[in-house]
Amino acid sequence: MAFESLTGKLQDIFKKLRGKGKLSEKDVKEAMKEVKIALLEADVNFKVVKEFINNVTEKSLGQEVMESLTPAQHVIKIVNDELTALMGSKESKINFSDKPPTVIMMVGLQGSGKTTTSGKLANYLKSKGKSPVLVACDIYRPAAIKQLQVVGSSINVPVFSMGDKTSPVDIAKTSIDFAKNNNYNVVIIDTAGRLHVDEELMDELKNIKDAVNPDEILLVVDAMTGQDVVNVAESFNEKLDIDGVILTKLDGDTRGGAALSVKAVTHKPIKFIASGEKFTDIEVFHPDRMASRILGMGDVLSLIEKAQAQIDEKKALELQKKILEQQFSFDDFLEQLQGLKNMGPIDQLFSMIPGVNMSKLKGINVSDKDIKRIEAIIQSMTKEERQNPSIINGSRKKRIAAGSGTSIQQVNSLLKQFEQTKKMMKQFTDMGKNMKIGKRKMPFFK
Amino acid sequence: MLNFFKKIKKDNEIIEKEDKKGLYQRLKDGLARTRDNFTAKIDDILSLGRKVDDELFEELEEILILADVGVSTTEKIIDNLKEKAKEQKVKDAEKIKELLAEEIYDIMEAKETSLKITPPTLILIVGVNGVGKTTTIGKLANKFKREGKRVLLVAADTFRAAAIDQLDVWAGRNNCEIIRHEEGSDPASVLFDGIKAAKSRNVDVILCDTAGRLHNKKNLMEELKKIYRVAQREFNEGNIETFLVLDATTGQNAIQQAKIFKEATDVTGIILTKLDGTAKGGIVISIKSELDIPVRFIGVGEGIDDFQEFDSEKFVKALFE
Ligand SMILES: Nc1nc2c(ncn2[C@@H]2O[C@H](COP(=O)(O)OP(=O)(O)OP(=O)(O)O)[C@@H](O)[C@H]2O)c(=O)[nH]1
Ligand SMILES: [Mg+2]
Repeated sequence: MAFESLTGKLQDIFKKLRGKGKLSEKDVKEAMKEVKIALLEADVNFKVVKEFINNVTEKSLGQEVMESLTPAQHVIKIVNDELTALMGSKESKINFSDKPPTVIMMVGLQGSGKTTTSGKLANYLKSKGKSPVLVACDIYRPAAIKQLQVVGSSINVPVFSMGDKTSPVDIAKTSIDFAKNNNYNVVIIDTAGRLHVDEELMDELKNIKDAVNPDEILLVVDAMTGQDVVNVAESFNEKLDIDGVILTKLDGDTRGGAALSVKAVTHKPIKFIASGEKFTDIEVFHPDRMASRILGMGDVLSLIEKAQAQIDEKKALELQKKILEQQFSFDDFLEQLQGLKNMGPIDQLFSMIPGVNMSKLKGINVSDKDIKRIEAIIQSMTKEERQNPSIINGSRKKRIAAGSGTSIQQVNSLLKQFEQTKKMMKQFTDMGKNMKIGKRKMPFFK
Repeated sequence: MLNFFKKIKKDNEIIEKEDKKGLYQRLKDGLARTRDNFTAKIDDILSLGRKVDDELFEELEEILILADVGVSTTEKIIDNLKEKAKEQKVKDAEKIKELLAEEIYDIMEAKETSLKITPPTLILIVGVNGVGKTTTIGKLANKFKREGKRVLLVAADTFRAAAIDQLDVWAGRNNCEIIRHEEGSDPASVLFDGIKAAKSRNVDVILCDTAGRLHNKKNLMEELKKIYRVAQREFNEGNIETFLVLDATTGQNAIQQAKIFKEATDVTGIILTKLDGTAKGGIVISIKSELDIPVRFIGVGEGIDDFQEFDSEKFVKALFE
């Protein structure tokens, strides 16, 4: 299928490589051809891909295969290292000013998500104990100011506005005094969306920058952007010398190659990712996670971090271990479902599991109503059946269905879903055989 | 073919003469950057006397990829191009350019008939977040008003902050009617009321705004289907068009968007926005080729007039002239 995830693609490629005895030039070339296509399909910019492939090929050819690795693992290691290097080696934080207020300026193309993201960022900083104020500098788009005001009131953050008749430069300047006088220690300036080739409006941004001297200029980039993202990022960076990037709409099913491209052309860190409609849907960007996610490790760490808010740490580690050792039973499944219930969209969580294509996920997409039914079915199983579902025969199914007030069909479909889940886990274990549990980095090849 | 280019050239002369207001000029301006990037490169490659070899095809491939056409469609196009070149024993690189233009033109025009909006028509505007749906409605309303049609806007984005007010501003600019409910209310029932009002007021065209939604959000797509069902049920005596708005800067994900929105609301056309930037919007070639959804309009700016009917000939010409 054309829309198979980059993750899935690379896994396929490396499956081909795995098991061959020796890393030949032909192997590397073949793998790189596939990596190239996968990266292009993921919207990584053509030129970035080319450079990347050249680097990796060169490195792969020159190196001796490490003793502890198969040739395939060795190639994966190099690809991963390069990818991580490209994504940046560490996470980066907001620069807070010694002399408050800290000024953050949000810039980007039309429709990239600046206003919503400004709200999310304000909400995030508020939760970290800051007192932010939002500044409405989009005087052009109809109802843009109103939008920011609605956003502000729903997260309880004040919005500074001077209407749409004052120049954005003056609004920005005045807002700094307003913040000082009212003891707000972070100022978030929401600017109007504009094209990077619109000289007049790009000059306006430069003027705002010169007037308020921001501590952070953040370029907001839609994760679905294609090849053109390099032109956009380059132009904004040249004009404004941005400090970082926020990648939005990552809750979509885009493969997000734009992340690689932006980083490659600007050398500026991606600081946050936004992934949802709620004002809490913003997180610090972890370059190593993104790289390993692209390579098929999934975002296990994010999954676990999310889980920890609900399940305690020990249990999370146990789960991870079970996943790795394939001892995942219906008991665990049930426990997870109950924990996950409170954590937001389940498909979003599943999507972070390595090797899970959203297309393959169809069978296990669960709604809250489904969860209730699944719970009832599992609770009608005996202890034995939960640990070892293969013993569930026709008459057992009948009993379980009767006990849970469901049909045999529904019991069957849960059993199938469970098997699918386990299969995915298996895929994951294959990839993660040599992975150390519970540490920051997931170098599955070490 | 040579004839193909000559024919386009003639048509355009006529168009340019007839178009006193410079609509064509605006389109050209809007597309200028796109074209400059695209054709400058093509011209580079195809400078006189160049041989037709693998290297040439590879470079053409690169141009298509950089235009977001996508790997598989690019491969298909280049394969066909190679075959044709071989068949026709083309030795001249310049001729290859014509064949390439023709190839893309054929994809865009395959089985296509022109769009006719006969009153009463309901147009549902759908798409992911921030692509330009509401702005496009403002532009469409302007177009239909100028044609003397009575237009009603329906504010069925009840979700995004101030979305209703935004549409209201466009209603004011166009001096047309609008049906709106409170923020947070059920979008399907806004449309229900809109259709009812349209019927009693003899409205020619209903333009229905919807909230931006990512196509992989099940619940939001269900909500959209519900809106669509209301349209089908309550407007069965009229025509229904569903236009998917796509941002030209979008990469390969646009195919997935088109596919899933089509499943949900039977998308009948695409409106490609933001072509005034440097993005090339080549993904519509893939969408037409894979899903057979035609492009109907293009957006080339934020102004009410920055809007054009999509025309494959002009489009191809603008890319290759
Ligand atoms: N340069 C340019 N900007 C455009 C074009 N069409 C829309 N925009 C801008 O893109 C931004 C988003 O447009 P909207 O019409 O609000 O998009 P939407 O799809 O309704 O957004 P949501 O309702 O939030 O999902 C606005 O700033 C528009 O002015 C276009 O053709 N060219
Ligand atoms: Mg809108």
